[in-house]
Amino acid sequence: MAKTLAQEFVKGLWEEVPPFRLVLGLCPTLAVTKTVENGLGMGVATTFVLVCANMLVSMLRKVIPGKVRIACFIIIIAAFVTLVELLMQAYTYPLFLKLGIFIPLIVVNCIVLGRAEAFASKNNVIRSVADGLGIGIGFTLALGSLGAVREIFGAGTITFWETPIQLMPASYQPFAFMVQAPGAFVCLGLMLAVMNLIGSK
Amino acid sequence: MREMIQMVVVLVVLGSVSGGLLAAVRNGTQDKIENQQLKFVKGPAIASIMEGASNDPITDRFKITVGDEEKSVFVGKFDGKPNAIALETYGKGYGGDVGLMVGIDMDTDKLLGVGVTTHSETPGMGAKAKSDPSFVSQFRGLAVQDAYKVGADGGQINAMSGATITSRAVCSATTDAVKIFKEKKSEIEAKMQEFK
Repeated sequence: MAKTLAQEFVKGLWEEVPPFRLVLGLCPTLAVTKTVENGLGMGVATTFVLVCANMLVSMLRKVIPGKVRIACFIIIIAAFVTLVELLMQAYTYPLFLKLGIFIPLIVVNCIVLGRAEAFASKNNVIRSVADGLGIGIGFTLALGSLGAVREIFGAGTITFWETPIQLMPASYQPFAFMVQAPGAFVCLGLMLAVMNLIGSK
Repeated sequence: MREMIQMVVVLVVLGSVSGGLLAAVRNGTQDKIENQQLKFVKGPAIASIMEGASNDPITDRFKITVGDEEKSVFVGKFDGKPNAIALETYGKGYGGDVGLMVGIDMDTDKLLGVGVTTHSETPGMGAKAKSDPSFVSQFRGLAVQDAYKVGADGGQINAMSGATITSRAVCSATTDAVKIFKEKKSEIEAKMQEFK
């Protein structure tokens, strides 16, 4: 039963949203979601790499020999990641400073290699782009929402373009646990639980 | 055998195409990246040293050759003429190199101030060299001299408590900057005429 193009796109937004449903790509999910802005920035960078890598892998899927396919995928992914890294340094330097080492680490993000191996190497270009876009946007929304929860409770603010907006009343004591590493795990666990609860109904 | 050749050819072509593409992008973005780094990493240190300058010292800069490397020199204008410079040097800290921007007033031969740019010192100890201005402010107004030393080494700088190595790094970076300034003074003066 072949899915339509729209279904390929939409599945990444809910059914197969990477960090929550497939529980993939947890390293950036836990590490960079201290603020909404960091989460969204990471998500957009990953989406760009996903879409480009999916497209190229799908275009070359008949040329790439089976035995060295993983090496070829990694070359393609690494090239796009380095491209993103250079462009971020040139145009969004403050965000690059905050995301730091996690930008080059997109190369080893299993979502990107996973989609190339499981989807793009078996499907045509348009479907692969739709798949990459869907999964990427799902990933961005997941990181953004996790970042929002952690930032609202951890700092009482929401930050866009370097300007924090105070959401909590001034008397609110920031729950600093949320912006630390253990808070990321607890927060992710709670969000997984909520998604499972909604899904099971 | 045919498969072997195909594997090699595909990998070689993929590798060289992506390598070439990245080299091209790197060339295209290099200047922009340098500007961004200057603005966000070195900018704050330069701004604190050149407080009150009438120009933007980050855009008004030139390069001099020291040994076999090029160094950027930032020009500050006070009272309408270019009479201050800042340049970056490095000292050996506790967690690696400590980058230091050193400002010198050309008219009076005095230090305008110093400011830490990049470092990987221990938070709360050596990292105070950047976050707490009281240590680096000791350099402001000192005359240009051959060496700057912490008190324990017989000098006039009070080391930060618990961070002698970082304090020494800042001193040796200042010493280096002054040494470059003395060696290249005529060249620097000549190039500064362009910014009048």
